[in-house]
Amino acid sequence: MAIGLHDSSFKNPVVRWVDQRLPVFTMLQKEYGTFPTPRNFNYFWNFGALAMINLMIMIATGVFLAMHYTAHVDHAFESVERIMRDVHYGWLIRYAHMNGAHMFFAVVFIHIWRGMYYGSYKAPRELLWMLGVVIFLLMMATAFMGYVLPWGQMSFWGATVITNLFSAIPLIGPEIVTYLWGGFSVDNPTLNRFFSLHFLLPFVIVGVVFLHVAALHITGSNNPLGIEPKGPQDTLPFHPYYTAKDSVGIVAYLGVFAFLIFFMPNYLGHADNYIPANPLVTPAHIVPEWYFLPFYAILRAVPDKLGGVILMFGAIAVLFVLPWLDTSPVRSMRFRPIARIAFLIFTVNFLVLTWVGARPAEGIYVLISQIGTTIYFAYFLVVLPALGKLERPLPLPESIARAVLGPKAQLGGGPIPGAATAQPMEKA
Amino acid sequence: MAETSAPSGATTHSPAGAPAEAVTKRDFLKLTTTAFAVVGVGALAWPFISSLAPGGDVLALASTEVDLAPIAEGQAVTVMWRGKPVFVRHRTAAEIESAREVQLSALKDPATDEARVQRAPWLVVVGICTHLGCVPLGQRPTDARGDFGGWFCPCHGSHYDTSGRIRRGPAPSNLEVPGYTFTSDSAIRIG
Repeated sequence: MAIGLHDSSFKNPVVRWVDQRLPVFTMLQKEYGTFPTPRNFNYFWNFGALAMINLMIMIATGVFLAMHYTAHVDHAFESVERIMRDVHYGWLIRYAHMNGAHMFFAVVFIHIWRGMYYGSYKAPRELLWMLGVVIFLLMMATAFMGYVLPWGQMSFWGATVITNLFSAIPLIGPEIVTYLWGGFSVDNPTLNRFFSLHFLLPFVIVGVVFLHVAALHITGSNNPLGIEPKGPQDTLPFHPYYTAKDSVGIVAYLGVFAFLIFFMPNYLGHADNYIPANPLVTPAHIVPEWYFLPFYAILRAVPDKLGGVILMFGAIAVLFVLPWLDTSPVRSMRFRPIARIAFLIFTVNFLVLTWVGARPAEGIYVLISQIGTTIYFAYFLVVLPALGKLERPLPLPESIARAVLGPKAQLGGGPIPGAATAQPMEKA
Repeated sequence: MAETSAPSGATTHSPAGAPAEAVTKRDFLKLTTTAFAVVGVGALAWPFISSLAPGGDVLALASTEVDLAPIAEGQAVTVMWRGKPVFVRHRTAAEIESAREVQLSALKDPATDEARVQRAPWLVVVGICTHLGCVPLGQRPTDARGDFGGWFCPCHGSHYDTSGRIRRGPAPSNLEVPGYTFTSDSAIRIG
């Protein structure tokens, strides 16, 4: 090896030449080839890779849509219809982008749920988790602005309602909204800046995803048992074991995605958005996309403008401090009998909030959303902090290999209750 | 992934005594998987590439009608066809004659005038210089028409004659004759 060149282990002369000067192949081999990964992943661990693929699909379809889209109030709606009718395969690219947004949120909700159930947010993965919450926030902003671009009735009135949230800020609220709009209502300047930001933010997401993955590769992955791998017997190389397992998930994911695109492309959308935007008429029943509904329900649960907005943003903000709210040292809910039930209630409650968010804000629905909001915050602010002190967790397995392979991988010792980490290195 | 890891596991599964280089089941699987992946990527890429082609609305506007009645002898009009200028010139007898008396051997891109027009007085050519795409001068009576009475491209000095053929300068070929038909004695449809 010459001085200054990376000591590449690759044999192919071209690959080797590049790798000596820029060791990208070594990095790929280390991070995605031999990367030691807990051997006990279940299919919930597919969803990070699925989200990554979904992001790439969104960017690819989005770049091609942007080639045909016109960001002007007089032309936006028609340019989208032109994509649907006249651009070759424009319907396919647009439906892939549209339903890709639904798929993206579904995948990311499951990914977040996985992290909450198996305690993936706990030390040492707090920053990894927080970067994930940043990605989720960026996704919500991107999806909202993307929904405005077709300039249908739901686009226009969704943009009006969501930007007006900021008018709840005391004193400067109305000024801020004027600056968001670039005018005195949602209009052409608003559409132009939303298009610009809708194009920009996905690339910001790519950057944060890079940090998310970089942080993941420092701490390593969590796993369904929530105990750290203690040696080579607990892990498998990422390739081919998890590339293969991810591939199974990708096929299933693409199957669902294709079914949505080809058989029910508008099922998750609103028919009102095929009516061109009309600033003089608000649709009778204005509802956000399903992935915003739980937060929308929280917004409407409070009979106070500022209070509702604060609670809605608080519902996301509380995720940032989740690693410190949950004081239990045990990660996986498999070994937390009470927290497991609490989280089940939280999950059902989240679905109830989704449902009630789509109902009219009157009568029994207001009460349901108030109860749901209370349960949502109680889980984070009361139940988790208290359970860390009160709950008696089940005994943790001694190691991943022991739990997965049974006694044949075991050289001695029984289950040790309590601590999840800081066990001596098991002899392989 | 790179082939730096252990030698292919398939060789250990091959029948005893088989040489290491023998075609294995693993080789077959790799080839078929790769072929399948290539077809899949191609099928995925096709809609995206196809979307770059002119859309249905663009294709629907791909023909242009021209009324010849108002164009007096010696006059020329420029019409838009597919976003490009098309020159329609009502040629004088002298211009037709000068176009037809040229020897083919004197031409850089040999073509008879008869082959370039459907009716002798009417010359229809795409008004784009075949060199690098400028629009040649010569449509208005005050324009420079070059040394051969047709068109002159000011960008790099190509001279076209009264049949739109390249006679001098860097352009490689004659002005393109678009497909057109006479829909009546005084009207044509281009495209």
